[in-house]
Amino acid sequence: MSDHSHSSGSHGTFGSLMTGFGLAGVLTLIPFGLVMFDPGWSRNLMIGLIMGLGGLQVLVHLVYFLHLNSSSEEGWTLSATIFAIVILVIVLAGSLWVMHNMNVNMMPMTDGNMGGVPDLPAAGSGHGGHE
Amino acid sequence: MTMIDTPITGPIKGPEGPEHHPDHHEHHAHHASPTPIGFWIYLMSDCIIFGTLFATYAVLGNGFAGGPGPKDLFEPGFVFIETAFLLFSSITFGMGMLRADKGDVSGLLRWLGITAVFGLLFIGMELYEFRHLIHIGAGPDRSAFLSSFFLLVGTHGLHVTFGLVWMATLAAQLKWKGGLNEANSRRLGTLSMFWHFLDLIWIGVFSFVYLVRLI
Amino acid sequence: MATELAHTSPPETWSPIFGRLTWDWIPYHEPILVGTFAAIALGGLAVLILMTKFRLWGPFWHDWVTTIDHKKIGIMYMALGFIMFVRGFADAIMMRAQQAMAAGGAEGYLPPHHFDQVFTAHGVIMIFFVAMAFITGIMNYVMPLQIGARDVAFPFLNNFSFWMTVAGAILVNLSLFIGEFARVGWLAFPPLSGASFSTGPGMDYYLWSLQIAGIGTTLSGINMVATILKMRAPGMRLFDMPIFAWTTLCTNFLIVAAFPVLTATLTMLTLDRYIGTHFFTNDMGGNAMMYVNLIWIWGHPEVYILILPIFGVFSEIVATFSGKPIFGYKTMVWATACIMVLSFVVWLHHFFTMGSGASVNAFFGITTMIIAVPTGVKVFNWIFTMYKGSVRMETPMLWTIGFIVTFTIGGMTGVLLAVPPVDFQLHNTLFLIAHFHNVIIGGVVFGVYAAVSYWWPKAFGFKLDDTWMRRSFWLWFVGFYFAFMPLYALGLMGVTRRMNAYMDTAWQIYFIVAAFGAVLILGGIACGFIGGFVSVVNRKKLACGPDPWNARTLDWATQSPVAPYNFPEDVQVTGRDMFWKMKEQGFKWSGHFHDIHMPKGTSSGIVLAAMATVFGFAMIWYMWWLAIISFIGCVAYGIAHTFNYDRDFYIPAKDVEANEAKDALA
Repeated sequence: MSDHSHSSGSHGTFGSLMTGFGLAGVLTLIPFGLVMFDPGWSRNLMIGLIMGLGGLQVLVHLVYFLHLNSSSEEGWTLSATIFAIVILVIVLAGSLWVMHNMNVNMMPMTDGNMGGVPDLPAAGSGHGGHE
Repeated sequence: MTMIDTPITGPIKGPEGPEHHPDHHEHHAHHASPTPIGFWIYLMSDCIIFGTLFATYAVLGNGFAGGPGPKDLFEPGFVFIETAFLLFSSITFGMGMLRADKGDVSGLLRWLGITAVFGLLFIGMELYEFRHLIHIGAGPDRSAFLSSFFLLVGTHGLHVTFGLVWMATLAAQLKWKGGLNEANSRRLGTLSMFWHFLDLIWIGVFSFVYLVRLI
Repeated sequence: MATELAHTSPPETWSPIFGRLTWDWIPYHEPILVGTFAAIALGGLAVLILMTKFRLWGPFWHDWVTTIDHKKIGIMYMALGFIMFVRGFADAIMMRAQQAMAAGGAEGYLPPHHFDQVFTAHGVIMIFFVAMAFITGIMNYVMPLQIGARDVAFPFLNNFSFWMTVAGAILVNLSLFIGEFARVGWLAFPPLSGASFSTGPGMDYYLWSLQIAGIGTTLSGINMVATILKMRAPGMRLFDMPIFAWTTLCTNFLIVAAFPVLTATLTMLTLDRYIGTHFFTNDMGGNAMMYVNLIWIWGHPEVYILILPIFGVFSEIVATFSGKPIFGYKTMVWATACIMVLSFVVWLHHFFTMGSGASVNAFFGITTMIIAVPTGVKVFNWIFTMYKGSVRMETPMLWTIGFIVTFTIGGMTGVLLAVPPVDFQLHNTLFLIAHFHNVIIGGVVFGVYAAVSYWWPKAFGFKLDDTWMRRSFWLWFVGFYFAFMPLYALGLMGVTRRMNAYMDTAWQIYFIVAAFGAVLILGGIACGFIGGFVSVVNRKKLACGPDPWNARTLDWATQSPVAPYNFPEDVQVTGRDMFWKMKEQGFKWSGHFHDIHMPKGTSSGIVLAAMATVFGFAMIWYMWWLAIISFIGCVAYGIAHTFNYDRDFYIPAKDVEANEAKDALA
């Protein structure tokens, strides 16, 4: 059947699967290594690296495992993905921006009150993203 | 609810699907199956559910309310093993798909079985982690940070569980309901997308939920 | 309020079998509700008896309940919409009556506890079960016909989506007679909607009915997008599609992008209420404003989800009744696409007063003003389409003109509210209420009436009675201005929304005028229903051919009413306004028909939705055993359904031929 032969072409090959595996493996090992064997780099650099490598691995998965390319389904798969990413960025960045500004403007209280601000000195580490 | 969001039935082919029929000539339009693009759009919409949960974790993730924080709770080595299991399961599923391309149903079933084992190991570890956290008083009702952590990771876990149920169902259908016929091949293709998609979401989870908070 | 609560809410108890449901939750001591229940029960009984007498159960089950035909599902959505519209309007007129009476110390007839449920139910019903049902119904009926398809991409999913929407509607209506509804406003902001301030099942009715209906909406959105992308007639490029198909595409993209946010947000609120998490609580790190933020990330796209298809409806009507192609087709498409994206970057204008500061408010104020631009482009396009056209003032066109005038006024008050300092004055006043009713009634409701009077002949083969429909229009149009212009004035005086009673008697006259407007609207609704009834009675006299309006798009190339297979053969599309082209070339089917491949009906949709209803009910009342059973039932039935591979059949060519010949004779 035409449909079957058509779709089976997009499952990739053993080679592409292994390339994806290798890349994904490396991109997983590095961030875990960074955290488990702390090289003593600055926090911001580490955060940037981990998130950057994560983003890269998402791309690897999209290309090698989900076989995303600009030609499948007349480009609609790619368009839908880009649209979803735009919405994701709006939801994530927008919420952070809006809520951060509200916290700054509406809660000039001491640390440890209500929203957003950490209590434990040790645990406040993830907060560095905001200035 | 996310489980029911999934079209639990393999959606049926449209009325003008490319079914072979003696009588159709050039008058019939040959629409390719709408299932792959339809399922992809579902995945994108599921992705936005996760995006909302990530945003919530980002905003509320520092609401410790005097309770434990990431460094008190998360163990990078543990998460690494979970990650490895899920990545392996993605690869074994890919191997299964390569067998399916060759029309080898028993090879496909073997790889699906291995995939399911990795998936179960992953779920087992996650359940263990949840049980442990609740046991030490760091349950979802402890603080906003833990609420958003449990919901995000739990939603992913529910998806994996659903994927396993789907895999078992499809395995039964491959075995007893006509092997790699057109409907089953289509379902296998969508399950493959679903499974790889869950691995993709997990990249966000281990980077953003665990690792970044452990620096 | 507190005493009111204590006096109406039964004590919280729990038993293993009935959960927290006790006899105290059955409102048999409230005469209004008992009367309503009696009327519905008697009406229902009458329908049951009549259906049994005329042996309609079989046809009802085979032709409607289990159908996967997009046209019948579309009609069922419209029926659901009109039924829920009556319910929602009853709430509206109760509120208008209460506020017209309760001035200067008078208490009116609705206690706060009841009034709060009424305004919550009004909002929830009108948005989720009226407006959404209407636009989904119109898209379902019209879009596949316009793109020359035989059905939607996933016909079973379509049936399932519809019944899930019905399941949500049933839960909302059950709350009238078993328990209570939420008392929190239509968006249920915490902490008011949280566990500590909203005890009782009302808030849980809200959550579970919206979640269940939301599943239907999301799936239906996926379905429609896939339909447009994959099922178009051969040769039809995207830029050959009618404007309505374009607006359908953009709306459904918005649905699949926005509804997941609602699902996630409501899930978090549910968890806060059920297992004590702290997403939106005041303590333990939670943040109630995060809920407001998230719900409006869904909420603003939602209003465009409602209005975009209606823009499409008016585009079709204006082009048809002006006898011209739509002016500025491409600008229309791009304006729709711009609105689709921009609608995701304006959400904060719903809560300028949260206090995010000047930079954030300025950004969202400006984006809000920008989104008015593509809408303005559309208004000019409609006007230019009419310009120098031979405009026929049939009823659909009447609604269109009423829409253009009314919607423009509503749009301008919206731009006023987009200015943050102005919004600080008007936030949560009746000015806001007047604004969004101005765009939703002037836009969506007028649009639905226009669409129904335009496509009714396509669906049933006869036109609607002109006299009654004109009466309906004029009563609606005039009634709208009487009902909502006073609210603008009151809002400027600082009168807040959702007030059960007020002290200043100077306001009362405005509320009385508004109530008079609501009575006129009631007349408009009544005339519409009478018109429908009269038309059915006179259907022989009103019968018309397949193309009564001399229309331009493919939907009119079919029989009226449309045959199950829509088109007896595929249409080779070569450009825009294809049906117009076909008519110019002396359109006729070839007569060499082939067997047509069609999907089979199935009862799986309604069975799954019925189990989802039971699941929702069990969760609302804490009947855990029933929740577990119905959930397992749902999953098991869903899995069993996938073992059915026998899902299609063929309509033989000779049946197609016979059916088409019958039409030629008529």
